Amino acid sequence: MKLNIPTLAELAAEGKKATIVFWVGCAGSFDDRAKKITKAFAKILLETQTDFAVLGTEETCTGDPAKRAGNEFLFQMQALQNISTLNQYGVTQIVTTCPHCFNTLKNEYPELGGHYKVIHHTQFLKDLMKTGALQVEGGTFKGKRITYHDPCYLGRANNIYEAPRDLIKKLDAELVEMKSCKSKGLCCGAGGAQMFKDAEKGDKEVNIERTEEALEIQPDIIAAACPFCNTMMTDGVKNKQQEGKIQIMDIAELIANANDL
Amino acid sequence: MAYLPNLIFFFLLTAAIGLFARNFKRISRNIKLGKEVDRSDRPKLRLKTMLRVAFGQSKMVSRPVAGVLHLLVYVGFILINIELLEIIVDGLTGAHRIFAPLLGSSLYNFLIASFEVLALLVLVAVILFWTRRNVMKIQRFWKPEMKGWPKKDAVLILYFEVVLMVLFLSMNATDSLLQQANIESYTKAGSFPISQYLLPLFADFSVETLLLLERSFWWAHIVGILIFLNYLYYSKHLHILLAFPNTYYANLEEKGKFEVNRHIKKEVQLMLNPEAVSEDSGETPPEKFGTTDVFDLNWVQLMNAYSCTECGRCSSVCPANVTGKKLSPRAIMMKTRDRLEEVGKNLNANKGHFIADEKQLLHDYISPEELWACTSCNACVEACPIAIDPLSIIMDMRQYLTLEESAAPAALNTMMSNIENNGAPWPFSNQDRLQWANDV
Repeated sequence: MKLNIPTLAELAAEGKKATIVFWVGCAGSFDDRAKKITKAFAKILLETQTDFAVLGTEETCTGDPAKRAGNEFLFQMQALQNISTLNQYGVTQIVTTCPHCFNTLKNEYPELGGHYKVIHHTQFLKDLMKTGALQVEGGTFKGKRITYHDPCYLGRANNIYEAPRDLIKKLDAELVEMKSCKSKGLCCGAGGAQMFKDAEKGDKEVNIERTEEALEIQPDIIAAACPFCNTMMTDGVKNKQQEGKIQIMDIAELIANANDL
Repeated sequence: MAYLPNLIFFFLLTAAIGLFARNFKRISRNIKLGKEVDRSDRPKLRLKTMLRVAFGQSKMVSRPVAGVLHLLVYVGFILINIELLEIIVDGLTGAHRIFAPLLGSSLYNFLIASFEVLALLVLVAVILFWTRRNVMKIQRFWKPEMKGWPKKDAVLILYFEVVLMVLFLSMNATDSLLQQANIESYTKAGSFPISQYLLPLFADFSVETLLLLERSFWWAHIVGILIFLNYLYYSKHLHILLAFPNTYYANLEEKGKFEVNRHIKKEVQLMLNPEAVSEDSGETPPEKFGTTDVFDLNWVQLMNAYSCTECGRCSSVCPANVTGKKLSPRAIMMKTRDRLEEVGKNLNANKGHFIADEKQLLHDYISPEELWACTSCNACVEACPIAIDPLSIIMDMRQYLTLEESAAPAALNTMMSNIENNGAPWPFSNQDRLQWANDV
């Protein structure tokens, strides 16, 4: 199904603006698994008639992986380019499905001239439910054991622990916690630009360690809220040959699925 | 000659405090070698953080066993200091239990009784701490960076505390026997709920022996405390003082917000718009980007290094460390302190001037392999009971490796050239950014 996603450029050509910009992110745009998350969230936006738009080809990497890899120059070049695009359209609100984009836009852009209200999609979905714009039917996931893996850049980095959990609870699912969760959650291994390189020598991959923590509590679904965590956990579960039993799903996908979107 | 003990006491006290002051000044000088960083904002919130985290030990109890044991030692340490005050006044004036008449017997008895109970609790806690380290061999105390001095240091402090507490209780036991014997100079004061059980040990001694023993315990106890005070400087134990400023000056921003390098900000602005940037700031551009040595870190990062008590909570939650990588956030702090101490010794030896020693923190102490293993997950920062931030040091050093040495791992260089060329960490055309909407 082709989705009709408005871009800021198209809207501007008609002299219109959008209330909120959906920042898709590089993973969300190019990674096959993450694209499904993007679609799920976009379907919810369309379904709830949210006044949104994307930047499309005008979006570029926020610079997060460059900064964490030590390349502050490249980070700031990317940031200035994005800020100039966003400011030119008079953007005030941004929602994103990637905690890394979320963190960078929210915390590291202001000092470079980019001041926006930045919302992670789990917070946004929770707000949609609060206002009644989004209703969720629990049926699909009723009784399923779902555990939630805290992305570091959402949890510890920005203290968002409850929004994603509240959404899972709305699905009539059984929320089960891993032994390290919330502020003590164990990293999936992808942060700090690790996603793009091999790990240093050690006894084990970080994602395997985290997957083992998840397997201990025998979930049906591992819920994630970050495209990179999703990849790492998916690989971990495959490594343990559990892919037939355990699904890795983004919170947006859980909700889109529950509502047959 | 009657004043000889008082004079000796005065001399010892002055010497101990003087020596400590000299060493503390050195630490403070070393910390000030760091770069300026403004942490003067939000003083109320800072005070609250300090009261909650350092004074209130809020993060210690996230591990209940260690937290409660530590709390006992901490409360014991703070309260028994009231007794220490009396000992100092007694020592200087030649009085004995001078607070007894001042406070009235019921309050005084209550205080001495609580000190005794605390002393016992401290003893129990310290013995359990020793057991955790040496019998249970809890993993975080046996990591590679704990070999040698750090391990000895930790155990030595425990022995110190055992000795001090035993001396304190023995002093009280002999004192109470002397009180019972109606020795004139032994004011009848104090209540001894714990040391009363030590009485049988001393029951058969003559008054002369008891007097000798009581004085020996008393002197050994106070001299022990003065030695402990000066041992702090040479040990990991400075946290008992530095935890307070360390939490006060902690980073209050969201943990995900990494510092924007303002020198680079200026360079980038110059590059994009040469005319827009005025030359008025008068700031000299840095000779390098990122960190190679302690001089490049800011003073809070250096204070962090002196504050670290090597508990290893950071490393025990570090995803890299728990999966066997070389990185240990605790080792990052220990190495930073070791290098800073080395620089300090260089300054001491050369009348306050640093003579280049062809060494630096990066490479000579901390290897790139450690730095590149970090996932920047902030678990170490979250776990630290006194708000130490190893992550910021790691990131500052990565900046040098990437920008000045072009020594980022090859895969990261590929990622970065992808971002430069097509605006994404992977080699996809930016024209396809909205392709996801068309995919079936």
